[in-house]
Amino acid sequence: MEINKDMKYSKTHEWVKFLDDTTALIGLTDFAQEQLGDLIFINMPAEGDEVSCDTPFGDIESVKAVSDINSPVDGIVAEVNEEIAENPENINSDPYGSWIIKVSNITEICDLMDADSYERFCQEEA
Amino acid sequence: MQLRTPLYECHKRHNGKLVEFAGYLLPVQYEQGVIKEHLTVREKCGLFDVSHMTELFLEGEDALKNIQKIFSNDFAQTKIGQVKYTTMLNEDGGIIDDMIIYKFSDTKYMVVGNAANHEKDYNWIKSHVFGNCTLTDRTSDYAQLALQGPASTEVLKKLTDESNIPAKYYTFLEGKIAGMDCIISQTGYTGELGYELYTAPDNAVKLWDELMYTGRDFGLIPCGLGARDTLRLEAAMPLYGHEMTDDITPLEAKLNFSVKLNKEDFIGKTALEKRMESTRVLAGFKITGKGIVREQNDMFIDGKKVGFSTSGTHAPYFKYPIALGYIDKQYSAIGTKVVFKVRGREVEAVVTETPFYKRSKK
Repeated sequence: MEINKDMKYSKTHEWVKFLDDTTALIGLTDFAQEQLGDLIFINMPAEGDEVSCDTPFGDIESVKAVSDINSPVDGIVAEVNEEIAENPENINSDPYGSWIIKVSNITEICDLMDADSYERFCQEEA
Repeated sequence: MQLRTPLYECHKRHNGKLVEFAGYLLPVQYEQGVIKEHLTVREKCGLFDVSHMTELFLEGEDALKNIQKIFSNDFAQTKIGQVKYTTMLNEDGGIIDDMIIYKFSDTKYMVVGNAANHEKDYNWIKSHVFGNCTLTDRTSDYAQLALQGPASTEVLKKLTDESNIPAKYYTFLEGKIAGMDCIISQTGYTGELGYELYTAPDNAVKLWDELMYTGRDFGLIPCGLGARDTLRLEAAMPLYGHEMTDDITPLEAKLNFSVKLNKEDFIGKTALEKRMESTRVLAGFKITGKGIVREQNDMFIDGKKVGFSTSGTHAPYFKYPIALGYIDKQYSAIGTKVVFKVRGREVEAVVTETPFYKRSKK
């Protein structure tokens, strides 16, 4: 399993990459895509939607199942990644290069883990 | 309780993602994933562990009489070496299980049913067996491997004499594969040409390895329950607990071919004759909106509930989602537009002909 050192991680397997203090990209981790299997569809929020900590902003479908995607921050959706909406399988091949939404106006950051803690967390879950 | 099939070590070795299914630990997929496994079965061939399936034997002078009474299809003209699909009905005409029955001789039949219904099937048959006929549960005497896909015959030819390979769909032979005694059956649950191989549990790992090794040249890969489900759904083959339940009749499930109302009396026949005018029928749906319909999503036309889905998935061969479901007969015409409610959202779909996928016969 791959873990990116420059990102923060939630217990529900989203990654957060801060672009500045109030803007971040959000995606799904390698562990998440591995657990979900072949991804085929994402329900995206709309630009301008509010997102909040540990609350689903969308969901993602694999061939077998559907799973919520939770927000690791409070903020506003600045952009959705249309390329990922069209090709969710890119998350399978490149989870850390495939951001799902960009959040701006971040006012709150949830309880997140650094790469080392997240790696231990995944080992316990596996 | 989590049972292991005789092939458990093979699943571990191929890095199968193991889940519990009907009490057994089985791989939902291997490393390449459901879509790749699915497409490989459509184009080349895949190997499945289906050892969880139930094998019950009915034997004795009155075996045929029992089979005619307990099952809905007609076995009077069935020949030795033939396999036949049937349903088993309760007194209300609802489906207890669907199964395939193998005729070994006039006094020996093998009934292969769903793992999830193992005890229910055994108990039902046991309580209805009469005359000179014994029921034996030999599920633990068999491992079952399903070799499925257009290249399956070529793989088998490398491991057995061609005379051991059944040439016709729904027939079987007994013979050796790589030196091991097997029942070789041209059957399957994928909509492709393929074989189901029954052997003693002690042979299972060796048979798996021989097939995998020989099959590599033909593109053979191991496939899990995930691909088994998407393949059967594209072929619109019904699955017990989804398209079939204790209160759905085989006529509603469009399994008319497995019910012979003009044969002698069988369990469920009287009730079935009274339920001929059912208002619901199984139909196929192509999803035209955004989203994946799963089981038990309600279906609407102009805001009126007209049915519900029983299975749904992304169809890897077509690259769009499909579903099966029950719809009021008056709305079941091909081309009718419906809306499914999926997790609070509306997803559009259209009634489509089934099977969605039909293999081309070469």
